[in-house]
Amino acid sequence: MVVNCEQVWLEVSNYLDGEVDPALRVAIDEHIRGCKHCAAVVDGTRNVLELYGDERMLEVPLGFSHRLQQRLSRQRLAETMPSSRRNFLGWMVAAAAAVLVVGGIEVVRSTSNGPELPSEMTEAGNGVPPNMLIFASEDGKLFHVAGCIFIREKTKLRTMTAAEATREGYTPCIHCLKKYLVAT
Amino acid sequence: MPGRVISLERPAEQGNEEMLLRRVLAGERDLFYELIRPYERRVYAAAFAILRNEADAEDVAQEAILKAFKHIGQFRAESRFSTWLIQITVNEARMRRRKAHANIMEPIADRQDEEGNYTPRDFADWREIPSETLERKEVRQKLAQALAELGQIYREVFVLRDMQHLSIEETAKALGISTASVKTRLLRARLMLRDLLAPGLGGAWSLSGKLSFEKGTKPW
Repeated sequence: MVVNCEQVWLEVSNYLDGEVDPALRVAIDEHIRGCKHCAAVVDGTRNVLELYGDERMLEVPLGFSHRLQQRLSRQRLAETMPSSRRNFLGWMVAAAAAVLVVGGIEVVRSTSNGPELPSEMTEAGNGVPPNMLIFASEDGKLFHVAGCIFIREKTKLRTMTAAEATREGYTPCIHCLKKYLVAT
Repeated sequence: MPGRVISLERPAEQGNEEMLLRRVLAGERDLFYELIRPYERRVYAAAFAILRNEADAEDVAQEAILKAFKHIGQFRAESRFSTWLIQITVNEARMRRRKAHANIMEPIADRQDEEGNYTPRDFADWREIPSETLERKEVRQKLAQALAELGQIYREVFVLRDMQHLSIEETAKALGISTASVKTRLLRARLMLRDLLAPGLGGAWSLSGKLSFEKGTKPW
């Protein structure tokens, strides 16, 4: 199978998502080895995915969880109170909330997140089996399963267990190890 | 080849979610926050993708979660709980946006259609941009600015799929569109972002503190 540039552009998304069949993958690989333009398109799109996939790209406002819990508590209270007491208690809760909000922000800041991690998919204690054999590049920060298209620096790959990689500060690739990871 | 993964959660997490759901439905409504906690970030992201404003996104995210709390009895187990929650959020955010924009013409970017194939405009060689680059606020701002330039339909799909890592199927359900539309929009969103960012990602960001991505360089 031979593909041209237009076909590569049409399939670049599926290619990066690992959703093209093996024959097409081989054909695209072959094409981009000889086509500088298409290599630029594929590399650039991959880079877009990596940058935007990082949790730092979308930060939840400070205190978001705390304010949400307060609102849920108020709703819960409203459901359980008879209507005559609701208004009075509603005001009381609102007043208490106002007093707590400043301290609350600090509490949320100090307790909800723990140490900062490079991605939402790289929680300490991620679900990657500790004895699983993985690949990590000497210069990289992520570890991968064999064949992952996001492996860079293929000449500097090291093999180790997921537990060893985690100890050395590597974090799991959110694409090839996604099934083991939990959204926070 | 990386495998496609439909579910984000491990079986243990899913079991925990089912147990929490049963208990909430049985009347332990105080557990509701535990149920939505893994998704609160995603709910906010979905609202932000549509509203592009932090305060509105937080407000709509809270409204959506409150709505889910009040109507949890209507949840049907044939869809995933997280998808149901995002669907509510998307509807709330779209409603808010319609109200706010009732008398305003949609920006041209929102009328970008899906017809025809997208042709990349910039073929400059790319360097790898290390993730440390994201430590720089101005880089994050440039990326956010490029995302804001996408049409609404592309931004919604891109944020849910590529930033919040929903599967194609979950993204389609959450937005009420077909999986084929998700794929088409995703391809265009990714290629448009690549073109928008090419001047910066082509090397300037990784070489020095100077950013070369300027408004005049966008390809359309």
